[in-house]
Amino acid sequence: MVKIHNAPAVNYRGAKQLSLVLGVMALGSMAAQHAFALEGAIEIHDPSTLAECDGKYYTYGTGGTALVSEDGWVWSRSQTPSRRGMAPDIIKLGDRYFQYVSANVGGQPRAEINLITNKTLDPESPDFEWVEEGLIASSDGEEFCNAIDPGLFLDPTDGRLWMVYGSYFGFIRLVELDPKTGQRVDPNGKPYEIAINCEASIMIYHDSWYYLLATHGSCCQGANSGYNIRVGRSKKVTGPFIDHVGIDMLQGGGKLFMGSGGRIVGPGHFGLIDLGDGVQRFSCHYEADLDRGGASVIDILPLQWDDGWPVAGENFKEGTYRIESVRTGTALELAVEGSPVGGGRRRGGGGGMFGGSGGVIPDQQASDVSANWPEGEVDVGMANYMCQAQQKWTFTPVADAGGYFGSPFFKITVAGTDRTLAVGPDAELVALPAFTGAPEQLWQVDQLDDGTWRIMPKAIPGTNERMALSGIGGSFATLSKYDPDSVKHRWLLKTP
Amino acid sequence: MTINHIRKSLLGAALSCIAFVSIGSNVSAAPHVDKDGFIQYWTILEPISVNGLNKSAVRAAVEREYFPAQLSVLPKDGDKVTIAGNEHIWHAASTDQYNINLYFFSEAYKKPTSNVLFWCVTIIDCPQEMKNVRLAIGSNAASVWWVNGQEVIGIYNDRQTVIDDGVSKRITLKKGRNIIRGAVINAGGATDFCARILDANDQPLKTFTVQVPAK
Repeated sequence: MVKIHNAPAVNYRGAKQLSLVLGVMALGSMAAQHAFALEGAIEIHDPSTLAECDGKYYTYGTGGTALVSEDGWVWSRSQTPSRRGMAPDIIKLGDRYFQYVSANVGGQPRAEINLITNKTLDPESPDFEWVEEGLIASSDGEEFCNAIDPGLFLDPTDGRLWMVYGSYFGFIRLVELDPKTGQRVDPNGKPYEIAINCEASIMIYHDSWYYLLATHGSCCQGANSGYNIRVGRSKKVTGPFIDHVGIDMLQGGGKLFMGSGGRIVGPGHFGLIDLGDGVQRFSCHYEADLDRGGASVIDILPLQWDDGWPVAGENFKEGTYRIESVRTGTALELAVEGSPVGGGRRRGGGGGMFGGSGGVIPDQQASDVSANWPEGEVDVGMANYMCQAQQKWTFTPVADAGGYFGSPFFKITVAGTDRTLAVGPDAELVALPAFTGAPEQLWQVDQLDDGTWRIMPKAIPGTNERMALSGIGGSFATLSKYDPDSVKHRWLLKTP
Repeated sequence: MTINHIRKSLLGAALSCIAFVSIGSNVSAAPHVDKDGFIQYWTILEPISVNGLNKSAVRAAVEREYFPAQLSVLPKDGDKVTIAGNEHIWHAASTDQYNINLYFFSEAYKKPTSNVLFWCVTIIDCPQEMKNVRLAIGSNAASVWWVNGQEVIGIYNDRQTVIDDGVSKRITLKKGRNIIRGAVINAGGATDFCARILDANDQPLKTFTVQVPAK
């Protein structure tokens, strides 16, 4: 069961920015250019935390944007909820989905957060009906808070429900909600103030710490948006949230979690996606995806942890790698007889025992050594990595084969050949002579919390059980049920 | 005679980590499986001269017929075969360690330890059929292994013995007697092997016994 935790929402700073955002979101037709951004209609600003309903995943954004996906990779438009506003967040409690939607009332910082609920997120369901549940929080335009960007947090330690909210103007506030009704526990109580002058705040819990993630910088200006996600942590849900150098987020502190880079500008709106078994990802949006004309889009990335702090990982990139087992230190290979790089050489040659042959020895290519490799299906084994051709694997994304959270499925072939890693009979590995597109030849590559990788086939013939590549022997790899506590399922993907 | 005597005389008592091997009539009593599942009783043929550790050389070495029924025979301590005009004797051997030290085995019988092939056989008795288990071995150096006549593991080139280096695909052990057979090839220096059975969760299996063939 995928556990989707609750995240934040962003806000704009006025009507001009809102118009700008809605404008760039219309550039949906450029999505096909991307190999490693999500596929389909992914244009959205201020996406909520993902919510799962009947095996599909939903997110809601500013202006009523609603997206749905069956696999976390290919997205399409869903139905706009009854109440549209800014930066909603959503959480499932019991048998209902609670969506908190903010809106400015007049000019900022006068704002309101209202609750709507639904029994289902599937517009085709007869139970689909958004119900207005009333005002949850507000700011009157005078107080030092802008009551937008709600972020929900269900405390796993005690089941208490909390909502953070606020934006670039004033305090980020925290109020407790009733997990049965979604209403304020104490509507007249004074909210906690836990951060200042930031947006899109959300709280998560990890290893006895509460983490407050919030977005610094400005939004809604395309590639000129300085959005970046910051984090502080506390031993109490009510704070204080302190960053890595000891600065309170109430004083503007926050350790950088994710900033701009590569072809994206302005990440914001963290939302936790807990896939179980120690695999975590997060959703966010970019203010500008340069490969989509600067449109604002949703993305999903690995979430890692380093010395008690969350770290934004990167989705796997196509290329040629050695696949090295963390458990054994040996590398996956086509089980053929290897040839030394540069050919065999006896000691005591022209350059002496250690003098080499002179000149540059080129990388070994499969075409150099594959003449004696057996035809047809070949076993897959593991061995000490020796820079040989049968030990180098090329990962290539497969078009129109679907994917998973943040990534498409890959085919994995011996570099320079069509020989394809696949699952054979009895859930053992085999290399086929060529890729045919069958699901047992498609691979999911997930980065784990320590930066290593989990490699799983899309399907295994004869069973519905999901298994992961397992290095159980120095010379042998197989597939078995993933065990997050075992290093046998953890792999390093290194430059060959 | 035990390998313990050889070890002390050759290398000194400081090398206490080297496996003890008892041979011939001194083999230890059952159960012959240690706390980690390693099989501690084998019948081993005095080494045969071979050459080469790479895959093609090892395949050629193990696919050659040295004596009749070499992939099915169940030798007893003291049985003899003739190979290229030379007599080779099968010896019972047991260890109180995880591995069988073939170097000391060979030294005990004044046989070569380099460029040699050792045939090793053991019989395990399973109380019931065991599905989805695996043979897991380590060897110095290359080795090929069979379970009930079916080849299940081949590891090649010069290598140290590492626990669970070579692992078979999923196999089924029959209720009753199952034959495990290995051919370990050494080029030079130390030579040894270890072997155990892993269950479906990759944990050592210890619910079987090791049979000692009657003389």
